[in-house]
Amino acid sequence: MRILIVGCGRVGGLLAGRLVETGNDVSIVDANSRSFRRLPEKFPGRVVLGTGIDEDVLRTAGIEQANVFVAVTQDDNTNIMSAQIARNVFGIDHVILRIYDQARAAVYRQLGLTVICPTTTVAGMIEEEVLRSTTAALRSS
Amino acid sequence: MYIILVGGGKVGYYLTKTLINEGYEVFLIEKNPIKCHTYSERFGSVIMQGDGAEAATLAAAGAARADVVIAVTGEDEDNLVICQMAKEKFHVGRTIARVNNPKNEELFRRLGIDVTVSQTNVILSLIEQQIPNLPFVHLMSLRHADLAIVEARVAEHSPILDQPIERIQFPPEVIVTAILRKGGLIIPTGQTVIRSGDELICVTKREREEALQDLLGI
Repeated sequence: MRILIVGCGRVGGLLAGRLVETGNDVSIVDANSRSFRRLPEKFPGRVVLGTGIDEDVLRTAGIEQANVFVAVTQDDNTNIMSAQIARNVFGIDHVILRIYDQARAAVYRQLGLTVICPTTTVAGMIEEEVLRSTTAALRSS
Repeated sequence: MYIILVGGGKVGYYLTKTLINEGYEVFLIEKNPIKCHTYSERFGSVIMQGDGAEAATLAAAGAARADVVIAVTGEDEDNLVICQMAKEKFHVGRTIARVNNPKNEELFRRLGIDVTVSQTNVILSLIEQQIPNLPFVHLMSLRHADLAIVEARVAEHSPILDQPIERIQFPPEVIVTAILRKGGLIIPTGQTVIRSGDELICVTKREREEALQDLLGI
């Protein structure tokens, strides 16, 4: 698979390393060169410095050959815009993006994008743990 | 008419001021609390501190009853999301986005923004119109219909010289709407004869521009 990742933060860097290990062809874009320190040593993929909302930068990163597009910068709106460029300009079917704000996540999910919302996911997981420990406490009392 | 503006930079500030003076009901959303404080001293309580891409902020500003939402922040990604949220969540009829990178104008329209304004493109086309002796000038783009209004000067060697319009084979989807001749304006009929030095104002489909230039000898 040819995978293009926009945003080389903790998630982007980790994901790039893992996907390369499983034999994928990975390109990663970030606007800040210091972010690439999060990539594993001797990262074999393509590394492109630039903003993920610029079509030319995305072309340099090989978006025209990509099967999967992932947008995981720190900024919701940047992710939203670059994901829509990937889908609407370059016609990529598999577009996955992170949106922290749950209201925005709902809107863009409705527009057909694959949205991961860490806010609701993490809140849900913590809630589950809280409920589990309260039931356990109730049982033992 | 109720207008919500997002982004209180220079553009947002002067737009708010002008629209208020023209009697519109205006509300400005700005992120920076210091700017909000200064502006509210000048304009009264038509300013709110907040992130215009957030649904809660837009709801508090009354987006559900807004006729127009205008996003004029300095960041294109923010302007895009503000307009899309206004449209998708609050069903605002008309959204206008400022586009900082002129390359994004087409993208924004494709993504459903009703009107885009690129300062770079506006200044560029003004410069084009002011350069004398340019044989082919874009006066206006009607991008939604993929139409343009152009001004084109007929070249000395053009095959259409001294011919009446009805006998000229213009490319399809091109209409000559006016002719500027020696400072005068002619609204042409089929019998109007094209003369050397005529400037034609044409409405044309974008993809026909090249064929039109060929015909005029440009």
